[in-house]
Amino acid sequence: MGRKLLLEKAHIEGIRYYDTYRSNGGYAAAEKALKSMGPEGVLEEVKKSGLRGRGGAGFPTGMKWSFIAKPEGVPRYLVCNADESEPGTFKDRYLMEFIPHLLIEGLLISSFTLGANAAYIYIRGEYAWIPDILEQAIAEAKNKGWLGKNILGTGFDLEIYVQRGAGAYICGEETALLESLEGKRGNPRIKPPFPAVKGLWGCPTVVNNVETLAAVVPIVNIGGDEYIKYGIGKSTGTKLISACGNINKPGVYEIEMNISVEEFIYSDEYCGGIKNGKRLKACIPGGSSVPVLPANLLLKTAKGETRMMTYESLNDGGFATGSMLGSGGFIVMDEDQCIVRNTLTFARFYHHESCGQCSPCREGTGWMKKVLHNIEYGKGKMSDIDLLWDIQRKIEGNTICPLGDAAAWPVAAAIRHFRDEFEWHVKNPDEALTRNFGLAHYADPIPVPEPAATV
Amino acid sequence: MAEEKKLFKVKIDNISVEVEPGTTILNAARKIGGDIVPPAMCYYSKLQGSGGKCRTCLVKVSKGSDADPRPMPKLVASCRTTVMDGMEVANITSPEVQEARKGVVEFLLLNHPLDCPVCDQAGECDLQNLSYEHGAEATRYEFKRRTFDKIDIGDKIQLHMTRCILCYRCVFTADQLTEKREHGILGRGDASEISTYIHQSLDNNFIGNVIDVCPVGALTDKTFRFKNRVWFLKPVDAHRHCEDPKCCGKTVLWMRGDEVFRVTARKDQYGEVENFICDTCRFDKKEAKDWIIEGPRKIDRHSVISQGHYVNTVKPKDPLVEVLDGRQPKLLFDIHTTSQVNRPDIDLSKIDGPAHSDDFNHRNS
Repeated sequence: MGRKLLLEKAHIEGIRYYDTYRSNGGYAAAEKALKSMGPEGVLEEVKKSGLRGRGGAGFPTGMKWSFIAKPEGVPRYLVCNADESEPGTFKDRYLMEFIPHLLIEGLLISSFTLGANAAYIYIRGEYAWIPDILEQAIAEAKNKGWLGKNILGTGFDLEIYVQRGAGAYICGEETALLESLEGKRGNPRIKPPFPAVKGLWGCPTVVNNVETLAAVVPIVNIGGDEYIKYGIGKSTGTKLISACGNINKPGVYEIEMNISVEEFIYSDEYCGGIKNGKRLKACIPGGSSVPVLPANLLLKTAKGETRMMTYESLNDGGFATGSMLGSGGFIVMDEDQCIVRNTLTFARFYHHESCGQCSPCREGTGWMKKVLHNIEYGKGKMSDIDLLWDIQRKIEGNTICPLGDAAAWPVAAAIRHFRDEFEWHVKNPDEALTRNFGLAHYADPIPVPEPAATV
Repeated sequence: MAEEKKLFKVKIDNISVEVEPGTTILNAARKIGGDIVPPAMCYYSKLQGSGGKCRTCLVKVSKGSDADPRPMPKLVASCRTTVMDGMEVANITSPEVQEARKGVVEFLLLNHPLDCPVCDQAGECDLQNLSYEHGAEATRYEFKRRTFDKIDIGDKIQLHMTRCILCYRCVFTADQLTEKREHGILGRGDASEISTYIHQSLDNNFIGNVIDVCPVGALTDKTFRFKNRVWFLKPVDAHRHCEDPKCCGKTVLWMRGDEVFRVTARKDQYGEVENFICDTCRFDKKEAKDWIIEGPRKIDRHSVISQGHYVNTVKPKDPLVEVLDGRQPKLLFDIHTTSQVNRPDIDLSKIDGPAHSDDFNHRNS
């Protein structure tokens, strides 16, 4: 059994409520942080722990916190990004639904560290029932003196507000989230200035993912030195993975970042193998926007090493032969799945969710969707594949926010690794309407190039 | 002693310039001027917060600053990125930038109707100029372009959303020049549209400026629609004493003969309005007697509007007159004396209807 830090007590009955949470060691970290460690102490531990942002980019949290500007007389804010809308990702929902107090405690410690007296949880509108759970938890915590004025007699004040989004993927981008929180249209801001300098209402702001904030609690509990003993290298601690697709046991798993991808898919502790005894064809390891990998590149890197569930190993080989851990939305596809159709689904999603502010993303996402639609429905041309490649290349990196990149990467990776399947669709338009390309050679081991002999 | 302001040294396409801290790359380039100025479709120096959206002004920062010489990982929007001391920028010297800009132009034209032949903006359209300079000759888009219905916002302005490139300039104008905010963006993605709150007409003495700031033909002057092509009109600088204290009264009259076809604000070399004018000047003063005319407006010679009246153009010298000691060349013989093709006896103006070969066949008809 892998060690757990976040979901260790998730299965205790009634952990959603304050009393059970408290009697199982809850708020001990908050007490420790506020009473004995002080803001610098917590920041030091978080830096030492090597915690990386769990929202997708994997930016070191301690470094992000130390960037926050501290001008005199200007309030600072902490915003919790709970606008989890990436297709395939549903880990934050699990945390908030089952152990809301873990998030509240994480928010309390983090706000204390940053010196923020107001924290906002921006939650996606589709999670309609979760704000009630959070509000209840906040009310309980406030009753017990963990929120409000002069918490634990330290003189630190904190209020937590829950704000519901109206259902836009783009509002998960931190600056669009801030705009939306301010009551405006959710358009990403042009950076710089970064939120750490000019964020919510022009004040210094830190935006963190739900899981990142929750992970602060075990870090304070066990200490940064103990935390880095979990995981490998720079991928420290545990990560929530929301596994879905053609697997026997879809769900949210907490993994220690020291297991291999193969173990994660096939072991009974986690996904339990591919459904109906089928073979693995491809996998998107980090939510819809990261590159898709064929089975052979997923389990082994191009250098022939075993691929691990870590930030570094999944990114091994860059985008040419690797992918990203992203937000941990692990989508597994078996031999019956069609990559073209899957790419079309994602392209349609990004087209629908583009905010329309900057031209490459506004126009390019719709164009990619239409070209992919033609290929999938037997009306494609050979030149369409190169056209798609060119469109994605002109979107990537040229947009205001990362949504353009997120729309471009899945298309790029699908063409890079599954070009034969696209060509098969174009050459056999009628057959493509009735059956799928199948596994083909996508699971065949890739020969590892011999290292050049050194004389 | 006054404290000397430290200037930042910036190199754009290997041309050095010194600018004040806080200047954007685009404005530093405009200080140098010439070919190296990135095109801008959404940035408008008079409107706060504009820019960053169209992505045509993308440039490559090959050296961040003297303190941190690392290049920036992505192309940046030059209109919204401020310079650092020692920064080195590549615009026309970077193939990567040219490629990206070509892509952006293609994206901007993707859903644009290309109805220039019937568009009032033709001839003074930023998108036309941009695609002429940076675009491809043909589109690779094979699908139906999105369309919108035309909307009248107020009785003087028409919004033709199909042509819009969503630069947000009019939103900033309406927001910053007028008191009430009723003009904004609805919808998202490629379905977003400029509109007014519950199709309200905009009634404000400065709302007419949205026509001038629009880089394409999405917002047009209804008092001028389909009246004339801009290149047939003669622009003259004019002014009048305007009662509105916020209006400068300095305009350009677009005339043909004595008739004033339209009144616009004066635009600088980057197509930006120099001073905003009020709607009374724009829509209601359409007679030459309302204005004090200053003289012809100088229009850039690359513009189609200045066709036929280039300033400072020199006609090539005709050497024949000089060779013939000042005499004009003499007609040597009349073509009709040797050729039967032309019949000077048939007067074309007397033929009923269009001329036909039959008219020439019957001699003495």
